[in-house]
Order: sequence, then C-alpha cells, then structure tokens
Amino acid sequence: MRTVTFAVRITKEIIRDPLNLIFGLGFPVVLILMLSAIQANIPVDLFEIQRLTPGITVFGLSFLTLFSSTIISKDRNTSFLQRLYTTPLTPLDFILGYTLPIIPIAVAQSIVCYVFALILGLDFSVNMLYAILSVAPLSVLFISFGLLFGSILNEKQVGGICGALMTNLSAWLSGTWFDLDLVGGAFKKIAYALPFVHAVEMERAILSGNFSDIFPHIWWVLGYSIVLLSAAVFFFLRQMKKQ
Amino acid sequence: MDAIKTENLTKRYKDIIAVDGLTLTVKQGELFSLLGVNGAGKTTTVKMLSCLASPSDGDAWLLGKNIRKDTSAVKSVIAVSPQETAVAVGLTVKENLELICGVHGFEKNYRDVKIKELSSLLGLESVINRKAGKLSGGWQRRLSIAMALISDPKILFLDEPTLGLDVLARRDLWDVIRSLKGKVTIVLTTHYMEEAEALSDSIAIMKDGKLLICDSVEKIKEKAGTDDFEQAFVEIVRGENK
Repeated sequence: MRTVTFAVRITKEIIRDPLNLIFGLGFPVVLILMLSAIQANIPVDLFEIQRLTPGITVFGLSFLTLFSSTIISKDRNTSFLQRLYTTPLTPLDFILGYTLPIIPIAVAQSIVCYVFALILGLDFSVNMLYAILSVAPLSVLFISFGLLFGSILNEKQVGGICGALMTNLSAWLSGTWFDLDLVGGAFKKIAYALPFVHAVEMERAILSGNFSDIFPHIWWVLGYSIVLLSAAVFFFLRQMKKQ
Repeated sequence: MDAIKTENLTKRYKDIIAVDGLTLTVKQGELFSLLGVNGAGKTTTVKMLSCLASPSDGDAWLLGKNIRKDTSAVKSVIAVSPQETAVAVGLTVKENLELICGVHGFEKNYRDVKIKELSSLLGLESVINRKAGKLSGGWQRRLSIAMALISDPKILFLDEPTLGLDVLARRDLWDVIRSLKGKVTIVLTTHYMEEAEALSDSIAIMKDGKLLICDSVEKIKEKAGTDDFEQAFVEIVRGENK
C-alpha cells in the first residue's frame, strides 16, 4: 500500500512534466520518422524499419534514466526525501517506488514506437508483442542507472550526465545509428563491453523471431542490470543514512 | 512524562563537534524554541531527535522512547517540517496531503476526514486543487506544516518555518503555530528573535553546539539584564566569547 502510494506520486510527477513527454515519447518518434525518410531516399540496411525500431526503442529508454535520476536528485535537494524518511516508508518502499512506475512508461514508450513503425511499413507479427514485453525487464537496466546517478549527483549534474552523456553513449555505442564494424578497433570493443549494443541486438533477435540469437546478449544485459541495481541500492541507502 | 529528554547528546562530524553534550528537557504541550547563530547545532539537534542522524554520544528520549533503540516508535510520535519547503511540486495540495496519508497507511474515509480537517486548520481550502509548485512560499510552508500534522504527531519539529517569508505571511503562520499550542509539543528552530519571543514557552540558546541557556523568555531577559529579547540573545551569545 505504501509502495503503491509512493509509486503513484512518481508516475504523476513524471507524466505531468511536458518535457518528459516531449523527450520520452516525441523524440524517439521523430527519430524513427527522420531515419525512415533517409532510408527512403538513400537505402541503408541499418535503417530498415525491422532493424531500426528495436534500436530506437532501446535509445528511448535512455530518457528513463534521466526521468528517474532527476526526480530522485530533486527530492534529495528539496528535503522532500528527508521528510519522507521520518515516515513509516521503508528503504524497500523507496527503491520499488522509484523503479516500478517507470516500467509501464517504458512499455508505453515502446508501444508508441512500434505503432509508428507499423505505419511506416513494419509487418505485424506476434514477435512484436514479445519485443514490447521484453522492454519491461530491459528498462530496469536504464532505471538502475537513474537510481544510481540520482543518489550520488545533484540536479544540475544529473542533467549533464544523464541528459547528455547517457543519451549520447546509448546512441553512439548501440549500433543503431551506424554499424560498429565500420569503426571497429577500440571503439567496437568498448561498445561491446557496455550493455547498450547488447540490448539492441537482443531486441532485434526477439523482433525477428530468432530467439536463439538473444544469447549471449541477454547475459550482458542481465549482468549489467544486477550490478547497477545493486550499486544503486547501495548508494541510495548510503545517502539515506547520510541524511 | 517529559516530551523530550536529552542527556549529553553529542554529534561529531570528523573533527567538527556539531552538537556538544546537550542536556535538556521539553515538557508536553510546550512550544520550545532552539535559537542560535548559523552553525550553532540547531538543525543537527532536530535531525538527531527525529532519527535522521544518529548521535555520536549521549542519548535522548521522546515520550519515553529511545532515539537509538526505538527508532520506529519515535517516528510514530513525531513529524518534521524541514527547513526547506519539502513538498512534491508536481502534485496538487490535495495530492500532497493524500500522499502523506497513504504512506501512513490511512484508510480512505479517515484520509478524507484528515484532509478536510487540516485544510480547514491551515486555511488551504482555496488552493486545495492547485499545484504545490505554483504556490507562493507562504502557502508552501502552510502545506508543509499540514503534511507534518497529518499523522497526528505528539511532537512536531518546525525547522525555520518562516524563513524567507514576507511579514504578512510570517504573521499568518504564527497564528497557525499558536493554534497548535497545547495540542502538540512543538520544537521550533528560528533565526527570528521576535518570532521566538512571541511564540515560545521555553527557549534554548545554542552556540558552537553547546547549550548556553534554557529558560522562559522573561527569565532569559532577566538573566541578561535587559528588557529587549534580541539584546538578551546578543548579550548571552557574545558573553560566551568574553
């Protein structure tokens, strides 16, 4: 009950911010439209709607990091969290309250991307539903980044790190915008040592129905999610104790 | 039973002693003010008493409940209105109050009764459906106090409740605080001498973490040998330097 109350508050604060709607829903849609227009004029394999859509849905998730980190750092800076720490809310209530409401937002964001992809010519298949559903666990990875950064950074730093750095990292190092083989070398090694490209490859495998191809990517995503969530919980509890 | 009892309460942050051996008692129903210049240790004292910070030394009891061992029991009888306005800015006034009712696990019927009661007490009816972030500082402070009162606390900590408010908003808030006197024990920290003088039953003056004096306004003025409370405060704090 307490967790739900807190989670409802988080949902309301996120969806009432028009900037969140613009970046969270509008920006990925604009990218699908724009890259599809490029594909229509100069055909590029990478921008075929079947390959592009999973990449854009994963890129869209990077905005969830911004949403969750911003709300946590804002709560810390305004002493709102300090007030809540004197109530019966437990650390678990806080962690779940900041995490759970963002998962349906991620799924909704993914649905919007796929609706536009259908309009642009993506063939409907049941795999599309699996791809949308798989965004739910995948979003935990990006929410964990948000929990972590929101617990250690202030509002201004969060804007820079999560608003600029995270979105760029998840864009450049995901293999959505250009083939990582074209750059190769250290760049490709770094990209494959991070979770973004694995998340995109996993989504592509699910959408195309080649389920055996989700391996080994799923292990990378799961591994990063577990490590990041653990670190996020540790740092959240640490700042809670510091209060 | 005393509302608050502290014994040699101390907080150290590395080399800094924020609160140094604080021993005092606050009676039930009293409005008790903590005064002091910046860095005196007022906010740290409130943090320790509200279980937001653990003491380095000494101990304290709130209505007989120990702040080290009975944290949950202490939290069940207190509420804190922090120094900065601590409201959810994206929610309406009503939603803020509902949120706090929810985290205290109130049933819907009781929740509605409490929201109506506190909206009336704090005069929030006219702004009940407005977003908290769009309210003036004075209204946000009222909301902050209403949120602190939702759980029917026995002890209410008001940390600089009128900081940054204009004179009218401040006087309005004084009326609200006066209306609570006797119903709940209030611990008020403030920089405004006239506020402490107008509202308090007892006042503790702190400096560099140490308690300099703890008495009624009249007794403090008498001890400082002046009729002016601000002057008495200055005499006592400066006297410590001499």
